[in-house]
Formats: sequence, C-alpha cells, structure tokens
Amino acid sequence: MTSSPDHLPTMARSSLSDRLAPYGPILILVLLVVFGFLAIPSMSSWLTLTVSGLAMGMMIFIMASGLTLVFGLMDVINFGHGAFVSVGAFVGVSFLLLLQHMTGAPSLLLNLTALLVAIIGAMLATGIMGWAFERVIVKPVYGAHLKQILVTMGGLIVVEQLIIVLWGPEEIYITRPEALKGAITFAGAALEKYRLVAVGIGLVIFLLMRWILRHTKIGLIVRAGVENGEMVEALGYRLRLVFVGVFMAGSALAGLGGVLWGLYQEVITAHMGNEVMILIFIVVIIGGLGSVEGCFIGALLVGLLQNYVAFLEPKVALISNIGLMVAILMWRPMGMIPVVKAK
Amino acid sequence: MLTKLLSGDTPRSPVLAVLLIGILVCLALAPFLFPGVRSVDTAARICIFIVLVASYDLMLGYGGIVSFAHTMFFGIGAYGVALACTHLGRGFDALLVGSVAGALVAATLAFVIGLFSLRVRAIFFAMITLAVASAVAVLVSQLSAITGGEDGLNYRIPRELTPAFKFADGQILGARLNGKLLNYYLIFGSTLLIFLLLLRIVHSPFGRVLQAIRENDFRAEAIGYRVVYYRVAVTCISAAAAALAGSLYAIWLRYVGPDTTLSLEIMIDVLLMVVIGGMGTMYGAVIGATIFVLAQNYLQALMSVASDALTGLPVLPELISADRWLLWLGVLFILSVYFFPTGIVGRLRQRRR
Amino acid sequence: MADPILTLSGVKTNIAQYHILQGVDLDVPRGQVTMLLGRNGVGKTTTLRSVIGLWRAHEGTILFDGEDITRRPTPAIARMGIGFVPEDMGIFSDLTVEENMTLAAVSGPVDSARLDWLFSVFPPLKTFWKGYAGTLSGGQKQMLCIARAMIEERKLYLIDEPTKGLAPAIISTMARALRELKAQGASILLVEQNFAVARALGDGAAVMDDGRIIWAGAMRELATDKDLQERLMGLSLEAS
Repeated sequence: MTSSPDHLPTMARSSLSDRLAPYGPILILVLLVVFGFLAIPSMSSWLTLTVSGLAMGMMIFIMASGLTLVFGLMDVINFGHGAFVSVGAFVGVSFLLLLQHMTGAPSLLLNLTALLVAIIGAMLATGIMGWAFERVIVKPVYGAHLKQILVTMGGLIVVEQLIIVLWGPEEIYITRPEALKGAITFAGAALEKYRLVAVGIGLVIFLLMRWILRHTKIGLIVRAGVENGEMVEALGYRLRLVFVGVFMAGSALAGLGGVLWGLYQEVITAHMGNEVMILIFIVVIIGGLGSVEGCFIGALLVGLLQNYVAFLEPKVALISNIGLMVAILMWRPMGMIPVVKAK
Repeated sequence: MLTKLLSGDTPRSPVLAVLLIGILVCLALAPFLFPGVRSVDTAARICIFIVLVASYDLMLGYGGIVSFAHTMFFGIGAYGVALACTHLGRGFDALLVGSVAGALVAATLAFVIGLFSLRVRAIFFAMITLAVASAVAVLVSQLSAITGGEDGLNYRIPRELTPAFKFADGQILGARLNGKLLNYYLIFGSTLLIFLLLLRIVHSPFGRVLQAIRENDFRAEAIGYRVVYYRVAVTCISAAAAALAGSLYAIWLRYVGPDTTLSLEIMIDVLLMVVIGGMGTMYGAVIGATIFVLAQNYLQALMSVASDALTGLPVLPELISADRWLLWLGVLFILSVYFFPTGIVGRLRQRRR
Repeated sequence: MADPILTLSGVKTNIAQYHILQGVDLDVPRGQVTMLLGRNGVGKTTTLRSVIGLWRAHEGTILFDGEDITRRPTPAIARMGIGFVPEDMGIFSDLTVEENMTLAAVSGPVDSARLDWLFSVFPPLKTFWKGYAGTLSGGQKQMLCIARAMIEERKLYLIDEPTKGLAPAIISTMARALRELKAQGASILLVEQNFAVARALGDGAAVMDDGRIIWAGAMRELATDKDLQERLMGLSLEAS
C-alpha cells in the first residue's frame, strides 16, 4: 500500500446541502407532515388524516414495489401491472364472500383468519398469473420499450375484460370483517381500525423486503442485477430466473395490494387496477425507477399529500399529485433516489 | 403533381394504392353513395379518426414516443369549439377561435409535459401522460360549471352547417342538399388537408431527423441533433393536430362530453388503429381508422347475433357478446404487435418486394 | 501443451452488423499466464466476452476444459470455473465491499482463509470492508474487482486490462496478486496494454489484429525480438 497523504481530506468542509442530500427524500416527508400539522387547524383531524395518508401510502407502496423492481432488474416497464391489482382484489373478495360466516362473526381471530386466507388466495392467483403474463406477454418483447408499453397495455385490457366475463360487469360492494369495522379513539382523533391494519401490513412488507434485499443472497443478486445484470450473469447467477421470481413476487404483492385496496374502498370494479395504476406510476417516477426505498417514500408522500389536500382544498386534491411529481422532477429529474445504471 | 401532393410518399404497393383510392372515393362521395344518416355519420367518424390516428402515428411511429394523453388533446380541441360556441355565440368566428385556441392549448400542454418527461427518458412520457390525462378527465367531469360535467355540453353551430339549412331543393342520389352535407364536406376537406400536411411533415428534413432519433437516439444526439428538442416539437405538432381532430368532432356532433372525447377507451381505439394500420406509415392511419370504425359499427352487431345464437352454452355467449368487443380487440392488439409490427400497410409493401 | 484449458477455433463474433472477430484461433495452456496483446479495437475484449458468453460467437467453437461451451448460457460457463474481470470492472457500487465479495462467492459462504489471503494482497479491501464499493478510488475498485474473481478458486481467469489508468504502486500490487494466483496453479488469459507488465507476467503471448490472432508463442521470444514487436504491433513496445 502507498502511504497516505499527510493532509486531511477536505470532506469535513463539504456544505450542509451536500451532506443532507442523501436524506433529502426523508426530509421532504417530514416537512410534509409538519406542513400538515401547521396547516390543519385541529390536532385530532391532523392525526386522522396522517394515519389515513400513511395507510393509503402503504397500500400504494405494496402495489408499486414490484413494478419498480421489475423495471430496475430487466428494464421492463409493465403497463399491465394494474391487472394484478384488479385480479387480486376479485380473487380475495371472492374468498371473503365465501367465508362470510367467518368475516361476519364478531371474533378477531376468525376475521383475521378469513382475511389471511383471502390474501393468500389472491397472492397465489396473481403470482401464478404473473408467471404466465411474463412468459406470454413480456418475454417476447425484452429490450423494446415501445412494444413493451403497447403489449402490456393490451394485456391489461384483456385481463380487465376477462374479469368482467368471470365476475360480471357490476361493481361488487364488500363490507370489512366485523372486527376491523369502526375506529378507535386516540388523543381525541378517530383512527379507523382498518387503516391501522393497512399501515401495519405495509410496514411489515417494507421491512421484510428491505431485509431480503440487504441480508439474503437473492436480495444481493437483485440489487446487483439492477445495477449491472451482465456482471451478475458473469459471476454465475441465472438472472432470468431471478427476474421471473421477482416478477411473480411483484405480481403477488400487487394482488395483496388489490385486496387491501378493495377493502379500503369497500367496492371493487374491473377497472380499479387501471385507476390505481396512475398513482403507482406517479410513485415510481418520483421515487426513482428501480429504487424500493424511493418507492416507499414516494408512496407515503403521495398518500399524505392527497389526504391533507383533500381536507384543505378538495378541488385541488385531484391535481396535487401531479403537482408533487412536477416539483420533484424539477428538483431531481431521475426521481428522488436515482438508480445507478452501469450502462 | 400527385406525387408532389403526397410529398413523394406513394403507396408503393398496388393493393394499398387500390385500397387508398377506394377509401378516398368512398369518403369523398359518401353522402351520395351511401345516403342515410347513419352511414354518413360513420364516414364522418372515419375522417375524424384518420386525422386523430395520423397525428398519433406522427408521434408514435415517427417519433417513437408513446403517449396516453392523445385523447386529452383531442378533448381539448373539442371542448375548445364547444366553449367558444357557448360563449361567443353562433358563428363561424366561434368555430375558428375555438379550434385555434384548442390547438394552441394542446400544443402548450404537450410542450410542458414533454419538457418534464422527455429530457429524462422517453418512457417517462408514457407514464406521465397517463397520469395527466386521467387527472384532466377527472377535472373535466368535476368542473361542471364550465364543462357541463358528465353531461357534457350542447351548443349551436352556424345554421349553414345544420340539417335545418337547405341550400337547394330536392335530392341528388338520395342525399338531401342541406347544411349537414356542407358540414360533412367541411370535415372531409379538413381531413384531407391535415393529412396531406402531416404527410408533408414526416417527409420534411424534420421528419427524417425524427426517424433517425427513433432508430438510435444516442447516435442522433452524437451527430449533433438535440434529441429532446425534436421530440418535444413532434409532440407539440401531434397534439395540435389531435386538437384539430377534436374540433372537427365537436363541429360534427354539436355535443361534447367526457365519454365521447376524453375516455381511455378512445385512447385504446386509437392505439389499435395505429398498430393495425401500420406504425410509422401515415397511410396506416387511413386503413386502420377505416377498418376499425367500420368494424366497430357493424361487427359489434354481428357479435351480438352470434352470441344470441349460442345462448345456453356456458361462458361462450359471454365471451362473444357485443359487450366483450374490447376483449377481442385486446387480443388482436397483442397479436398484431407481435406478429405484424408493421401493420397492414407494412405487410402490403413487404409483399411487393 | 498437449491439453490446453481453453481452445478457441475459428471463432467469429458479430456485434450488430459489425464483424468484430473474424476467426480467432487461440490456445490457453494450463497453469500459465497468456497475454492477449494488440492495438485498441482489434477484438481483445470481444474475445474475452465471447468466451464467457456475454456476446455470442456465431461461428467456430470454444472448448473449455474439454467441453464445448460455445452455446452455453453465461452463468453456466461461469460456474464451470471461469472468473471474469471486465474492462469496466463491473463492480456493484450500490453494494458494500463485503456484499460484492459475498455475491462473488457463487458456491457458498466466503472461505475465510482465502479471504485473509486476499486481504494480505489487497489491504484496502479490509479497511473499507463495510463501505460502499461506489465510494472506493479507481485503484481500490480494480482491486475489489480482481479480488472478487479470486474469492473462489477457478480454473481460468479472464482479465481485461487490470492496470488501465492505475498508479505504478497499484500496478505492482496487481502484478503480485496475479503472480500469487498463478503460483496456485490457475490459468490466466490477460488482456494487457502495459508491455512492461505483460513481459513480467506472461508465459505465453498472442497478438491480435483485425479480429484475428496474427502471432502466438512464448513471451520470451516476443519480448526480446524488437523487429517482431514492430511488425506485429506497428511500434516498439519498449521505450528505448
């Protein structure tokens, strides 16, 4: 080794903004919550809105995470991702309707079991569907963005229509399991139980995903593959298999998100996937395509902003997310946490 | 002369030439060849969609940019005319002001969206346009004081363009000589003009640079073309042309509403027309729009007949009922992207070689 | 050598419409360091990438350890025992040094004895073990990249310009590492522009021009024959 230079590196003198840059996204999130606190007159409504914003954000994150990873890993942009949300919701709700005796009973245990069955059913269905979708729709158009967008959009239309064929064109209204109805009061604020559950599930999924990405070999392969897939292959890993796995997991998560979203809205339609897709796109763009952390923070931003603004100025709520996206792209054109690409 | 009118882009396939001439003649003489309210209405729809699809092809097929906001631009043009007619009163000046304002607004909006998304990645554009278009669609149905909300707007256009105005007595080949006939020829003439103009644009030096960018944006940038500039410019032109198509639609229908102008369904129809006709050919827009509108009007009826015939069987009648029209379009769409990426026009031209 | 570890015969590789390799014939003997020399753009990198399968040879055959690997997928080729160090290093900058190394140990957990040896050869890796690879200096990145290939014993190492743009002190570290690797009995195919390094390390040499091997033989022969150097590479490689 060469001897180290005897002067001190000047890094200690880097500007505040430079040192804060990596924390920028989290800072924005905190600022948004503080803004909400200052702008919303009553403490209790602020708390209610924050929880519902977080719940919405968590659900969007669950749905969006697969999309952003699939893009990062194989440069595949799936406009049909929303189809998994719809299918997940329909399968999950069908299970819940079958298990009505369990969801209707005033027992938390029975309710949660039914919900769990519905979620597992939905995730299995959408996971398998994801595998088929990847094989039939996506695989032939690797490397061609234009065709990917067109073909996956076509896939979305077909799946939406098949849902109508199988479940009928009417929207289905559902009621939440008995124990998840109503709200609890905390510090004077009414917090819907279901939203708290959604926040919990979202947090668990995020932490689990983070743990897998940081501490398992599969996770390392995925993170390395996002940056330089060629090198991962040259080390001896079959990236294609990993990709199919990620695609299926992402689809299953979208299915889970669909169940949660359906119960949140208490109504499901064949077009629901299409509608949340717009939020999902905004989230993955502002988060930085390919970044799970960015997606998480982006989803929370979108959820919170939508809820705060809807309370303060309902008419503006519709375009508040577009405004957020524009603002973030002006600040960082590649999204909050841009993903380094080798090529 | 003819070649020059077509900007040097001849059909280059006898079958295609026959088809195009056939379509041109049929559309030019539609009120006389196919008298009847419904068939003239179909012909007008074909004309308007030719403009809409050709403008989309300019962006997708020549610029290599996927947009989901094309119906938004279409809607802006339509609402432009509708609002102008509502507030400026009945007159040709209102039509003109509405159309021009619509085109300008559409181009400006396209400019802003393009600036934000295209400088980073072309795929951002697809996602951002989808988000913006849906926000606008929701906004239009919410701001009912201005736009009439879900109900849309009814308004009056110059009397000379309505059936109430008769410029001569009697009929020629079954066609009534009234304002509706003039209205049709206004649509037809505008369509022809805009189409030839778009053809001109794709064969201008600007169009050639676009194609170079579509083939290899990196190389185009390397030899000194500002890729972003060209991409933004093409989206603006395309948006303005789409808005003009919307204006024509508004003039023809005397009504605008979110469903007829802004819905995602129309966007999907446009995508299908482009892909089936042939991306990046311009003539594909003519073929695609004609086939699609005809199929939409007449095949759907056939499907419901077939579905009725199969009642009693499980699932099958559901699958081919007229309401499932979109399902089969989706399948057709995927198959055509895979197997006929150059569409009908590309196929016809290939066969000749 | 009777039984080379790697044999390329008549390999042709196209990239887009360009014919980069126009029939490469090359033997890499076992347990030796073979230098692949030649001017820029003659196909050295393409040769290495064709062996590992990142670009496909559309003609000819590539035999590794007696098996035809021409049509095998890249991961399968790598797992047969080939370590690859690309020209751009291909380190994962979003991963820590530790994670880079863990990932490179394809067949299981990192062998701690081998890791200690690598730490002794490349001390900075130990210092920055928990740091992100993206924050390393150029020389450290190159060390990481080579160490990554060396974390498990491989039969053959394909190394593309390991000394490019490095300071002399680091070049000598690299050379030492490669010499120790060779002492363990590994075979190495090395693309190198620095002739001093090539002469010091190489047993055999092959010179490429225009997508073909134009000369192959012992390094000793090439190193001492100025005329030959002049003829093969258009310039004397040694500063006189």
